[in-house]
Amino acid sequence: MAGHESGDLRLAGISKQFEAFTAVHPLDLTVPAGSFFALLGPSGCGKTTTLRMVAGLEEPTGGRILIGDKDITDTRAYQRNVNTVFQSYALFPHMSVVDNVSFGLKRRGDKNADRKAKEALELVQLGEVARKRPSQLSGGMQQRVALARAIVNRPDVLLLDEPLGALDLKLRRQMQIELKRIQSEVGLTFIHVTHDQEEAMTMADTIAVMNSGRVEQLGDPATLYEHPRSTFVANFLGQSNLLRATVDRGEGNGVVEVTSHGHRLEVRRDHVPAGVRDIWLGVRPEKLRLGDSGGPNRLSGQVTDVSFTGVATQYLVRMPWGRELVVVQQNDGSGRARAGETVTISWAAEHGFALDASQDADAGAQLEDDHG
Amino acid sequence: MRWIRKHLLAFAALAVLVYMLVPNVVVALFSFNKPSGRYNYEWTKFSTDAWQHPCGTPGICDSLGLSLKIGITASVVATILGTMVAFALGRHRFRGRASTNLLIFMPMATPEVVMGSSLLTLFVMMGVPSGSGAILIAHIMFCLSFVVVAVKARVAALDPRLEEAAADLGATPVQTFLRVTLPLTAPGIAAGALLAFSLSFDDYIITNFNASPSSITFPMYVWGASTRGTPVQINVIGTIMFLVALVVVIGGQLLGSRRQRAAA
Repeated sequence: MAGHESGDLRLAGISKQFEAFTAVHPLDLTVPAGSFFALLGPSGCGKTTTLRMVAGLEEPTGGRILIGDKDITDTRAYQRNVNTVFQSYALFPHMSVVDNVSFGLKRRGDKNADRKAKEALELVQLGEVARKRPSQLSGGMQQRVALARAIVNRPDVLLLDEPLGALDLKLRRQMQIELKRIQSEVGLTFIHVTHDQEEAMTMADTIAVMNSGRVEQLGDPATLYEHPRSTFVANFLGQSNLLRATVDRGEGNGVVEVTSHGHRLEVRRDHVPAGVRDIWLGVRPEKLRLGDSGGPNRLSGQVTDVSFTGVATQYLVRMPWGRELVVVQQNDGSGRARAGETVTISWAAEHGFALDASQDADAGAQLEDDHG
Repeated sequence: MRWIRKHLLAFAALAVLVYMLVPNVVVALFSFNKPSGRYNYEWTKFSTDAWQHPCGTPGICDSLGLSLKIGITASVVATILGTMVAFALGRHRFRGRASTNLLIFMPMATPEVVMGSSLLTLFVMMGVPSGSGAILIAHIMFCLSFVVVAVKARVAALDPRLEEAAADLGATPVQTFLRVTLPLTAPGIAAGALLAFSLSFDDYIITNFNASPSSITFPMYVWGASTRGTPVQINVIGTIMFLVALVVVIGGQLLGSRRQRAAA
């Protein structure tokens, strides 16, 4: 289907109900043509169900799916110009690698199926194993065959279901870069489902963070990281230190003054949601400095744990009210601290963000730890 | 001593092989015998008479032909029905699935004598005449269970994602079945068919209950003959059957290993 004009993928109020369980609440999402889009969330958040509905492998309970102006909701999987790279790869074990790759083209009666399949294998650098069986290849190679088998059809939308989940860390990093390269080379719309926040941030232009069948927040990786709008996003994407605080009347030049455990702290006005008085004040661990050099916000506590990770050192600092803050310092020669020492930590007003205090401070936190 | 201990497993394997092959070797050997009396139980003299006239005893080739006909028909019908049953049981959740599973297993667990006699009662009650028709129905019935068991194991091991992947790549349900599902379950179907054929060809008890004087199968012929004398032709046909089975098994093995080599 070379030269096929593909449009944006639009999900309009799409939902999925399994008997009493709602896997996906009515969801509106637009994925621009040619973008690398990630659906990120813990297992059971509805991201894979959403993906399977786009593929046509799961029938939505409600809502419409459109590609460009074409409504594909009622079409079957084999009628859609959408291809999937499955988590288990799902390569046909009784066919050679090249027959696997040309399978889709042959179903469409493409005369040049074999030549195109070989080209696709070249693209993923597997031209020399075309005649082998999938079982004779390593996990990483199988993953690339699965990718070639999908992209060779030039689908309107390519779906990737945790495609790197089965690979070891080093290979995964390599494949992340490879996937990104291939996506920009072929210019297809990629939708990538993953529970790995680092993977999503590395690869995607836009991330939708999903939790319990709903999209919590949608945006580019930097915005999601710097300005999370919920405690779930703050904890699921990287780590966050959350301090319970109350907004004061005091209005400075562009900053709002807040009180947390008796300390006066400030945060940029546009980082505070309008009309909220009780907040969680969030700061990322790497924005905190040991000492006074970070900015006007200062707290002091006792170092309880120091872990050296090579590039950086991570400190746990216990506040007088019991909560431990995480501080990450680059190992760039700046001051160090030892366990037991009492230290001051500081940060600037623009590095803080505020979230409505009605939410659970630990939402999304332990989930992220589960997956390392 | 060390050497013996090291190769103990090989000795054990060899002993088992000899134990299993000796009867076949004896059968083959005595097919070249020229017995002095009516019984082919003592070695008398080397001869190829029986090999030159395998149908030389009246009725033997008729019974062989009937057994082959019933065996092939029963295994083809049982394989088609059994494969469909196996897919239904393996893929779908429906009312009566558990009881179907149990019923399928019943013929395997029931003693043959019981099954043969009750089938005869049933056929008499229903007015089905004894003979090759009744035998065929009975054989299809018990072969079905074995086909279902063989194919169901294969269907259960089949990753449903493979069929989803085929549909995802644009294969219609029929294409998916012919190009993905069927080739991947084929070894189970073939095993079921071969098993069905050999069970049907071999069966004596159930067949005997439902046979008529005009439907003498090969096992019945051999049993009947042994009371009056054992023609050497029985050994000839027995040896041929053994060789055919050997060729099928070795051929299957070679095909499998050549495929693996070709893929390497």
